[in-house]
Amino acid sequence: MLYREAGDFKTSYAKDQQTFPIAFDRWGYFITIAFAVLVVPFILNDYWSNAVILPFLIYAIAAIGLNILIGYCGQVSLGSGGFMAVGAYAAYKLMTAFPELNIIFVILLSGGITALVGMLFGLPSLRIKGFYLAVATLAAQFFLVWLFNKVPWFYNYSASGQISAPERSLFGFVVTGANAHPATSYLFCLGFVFVMAWAARNMTRGANGRKWMAIRDMDIAAEIIGVDPLKAKLTAFGVSSFYIGIAGALLFAVYLGAAEVGEAFGIEKSFLILFMVIIGGLGSIFGSFAGAAFMVLMPVLLKNIMVGQMSWPTDLASHFQFVIVGGLIVIFLIVEPHGLAQLWRLAKEKLRLWPFPH
Amino acid sequence: MSANFYFGIEVFLNGMMAGVLYSLVALGFVLIFKASGIFNYAQGVMALFAALTLVGFQNGQIPFSHLINAIFGTNIHHFGWHMPAILAIIFTLMVMILFAYLVEKYILKHLVNQEPIILFMATIGLAYFMEGFGDLMWGADIKKLDVGIPQGGNIWLEEHTAFLGGDDFYGFYLDNLDMLATIFAGLLVVSLVLFSQYTKTGRALRAVADDHQAALSVGISLRAIWVIVWSIAGFVALVAGIMWGSKSGVQFSLSLIALKALPVLMLGGFTSIPGAIVGGLIIGVGEKMFEFLIGVPFLGGATENWFAYMLALLFLVFRPQGLFGEKIIERV
Repeated sequence: MLYREAGDFKTSYAKDQQTFPIAFDRWGYFITIAFAVLVVPFILNDYWSNAVILPFLIYAIAAIGLNILIGYCGQVSLGSGGFMAVGAYAAYKLMTAFPELNIIFVILLSGGITALVGMLFGLPSLRIKGFYLAVATLAAQFFLVWLFNKVPWFYNYSASGQISAPERSLFGFVVTGANAHPATSYLFCLGFVFVMAWAARNMTRGANGRKWMAIRDMDIAAEIIGVDPLKAKLTAFGVSSFYIGIAGALLFAVYLGAAEVGEAFGIEKSFLILFMVIIGGLGSIFGSFAGAAFMVLMPVLLKNIMVGQMSWPTDLASHFQFVIVGGLIVIFLIVEPHGLAQLWRLAKEKLRLWPFPH
Repeated sequence: MSANFYFGIEVFLNGMMAGVLYSLVALGFVLIFKASGIFNYAQGVMALFAALTLVGFQNGQIPFSHLINAIFGTNIHHFGWHMPAILAIIFTLMVMILFAYLVEKYILKHLVNQEPIILFMATIGLAYFMEGFGDLMWGADIKKLDVGIPQGGNIWLEEHTAFLGGDDFYGFYLDNLDMLATIFAGLLVVSLVLFSQYTKTGRALRAVADDHQAALSVGISLRAIWVIVWSIAGFVALVAGIMWGSKSGVQFSLSLIALKALPVLMLGGFTSIPGAIVGGLIIGVGEKMFEFLIGVPFLGGATENWFAYMLALLFLVFRPQGLFGEKIIERV
């Protein structure tokens, strides 16, 4: 009788509208947060931090961002890799140009710059719809990557064309650069993930989110009932790019440390984030986390099994990985087109009635 | 007339040829999109897979030999024969038809009535799968594809156009392969148009493209049509694979021609076969001329990656359905 609304009396509107209406969910949420903050930093080692946890957290932000655009506003974008590159290069330029600037502001400002770029590339969405738009956003992807490759100003004229993050610290702890402790990088990213997921969840419940969903469901009808498509689409592009830009900045500054644009932010990245969103579930914040976890964990797992356990050559294992990832995506779409979030929803429905389903 | 002017013309002609090659890939996209409303991202990988299979058959490679060697510790690679090109092409075509059948049976059938974005994602998944599968089956090394297409520049043309310019002009340099590709693309388009206009199956194809439900209600089997369409797309992919493979070797980058074909599609419209050809020509010429006139002198080169997309984007702002696409009618 754990998972019930029954007996949980709502005595105010605020309580009636809370994100987790079921007490069990609420406790689960608090316990997860407490575990993530109080326990994980102490048991985290280098391997787990670099291979699983950090990419998971950072990609979760990117997936939330893309989910706002595709899942909530219905505008398909394949340019997320390019926008992550904008975030990364903005962070690099800010870090090198203003060494005194606090790293948190650097990351937030890079998000802001990416939001502006995203809105610029979102402008055609007012005319172009559906797949035409998806392909049009590829223009952003290719153009931005080319730009960061060709204009030396962006990488401070370094000979290798790479950008590398200088060391910055927060409250006396080193966050970026080679000397950062895994636990500090982890907590730094976790803070961003927490705030941004919370903001996204509440934004999508509010007036803006409803406008986005109206545009997604039928843009002409939405326009007739008074949603301004220009505003709705551009805010969606802006907010989404803000998230993706922050993810790009974190990926570069905290996780990678050094990056080369074509390699780190190529079109594969766009597809990777798109996979996360689709596999996790369109229009669901939880789904973004689930999708990110799935896409980060699976290759690690496969590699461990095939190279570690069965000692196959790595190139063979990587081909096999392609086959399995591709196959899994197809199977997933066939079994549950609405993603992991839908499975979770179904499980919760079942749980509410358990053990007397009739 | 300066040599630069003639060089410009040469760039223009080469752009047209490159455009034809883009069109070849775009054609496969259009066929599938028209018949099933699926935006088939896997088209480029299909071309790669077809080319890999063709080379594999020609050289008598044993499929999955790397995998077998890794599991059983054997050391096998080749059957030890060399198949004539024409026979290998026929076998490859059979493989592509089998592939079309399997895709319909195991993927499309289960995804009927899903949203277009889901179907699109499924084809991306398929593309990943095929990419890995092709490498597993035939190995990932760069292979040479030779089906008897003459390579190199056309000497005859070069000698007979040299008189046009001054002493520093040696005639137009055009690739034999590109010219042949142009002829093939022309033949392919003509035969596709004839096929869809004058055969019973072609009429059924057009009916399905027009309205799935109406087509079903007059007794056209959607599933059969999908197999046929994917087979034709497989054939187009094979032609594209042969052309691109002969040009630059069979390797992973071959699958990236899909990305080259996308702006062509946008420009020409997803639903128009002539659009794919015209779009291909505009993009091919446009990107080569832009690179020649503006890219290399002013922007540091390598503009070909994005110029096509920007050009298509510009066109789309004025014509959201592409140049030849069906007019988009929206109802509430």
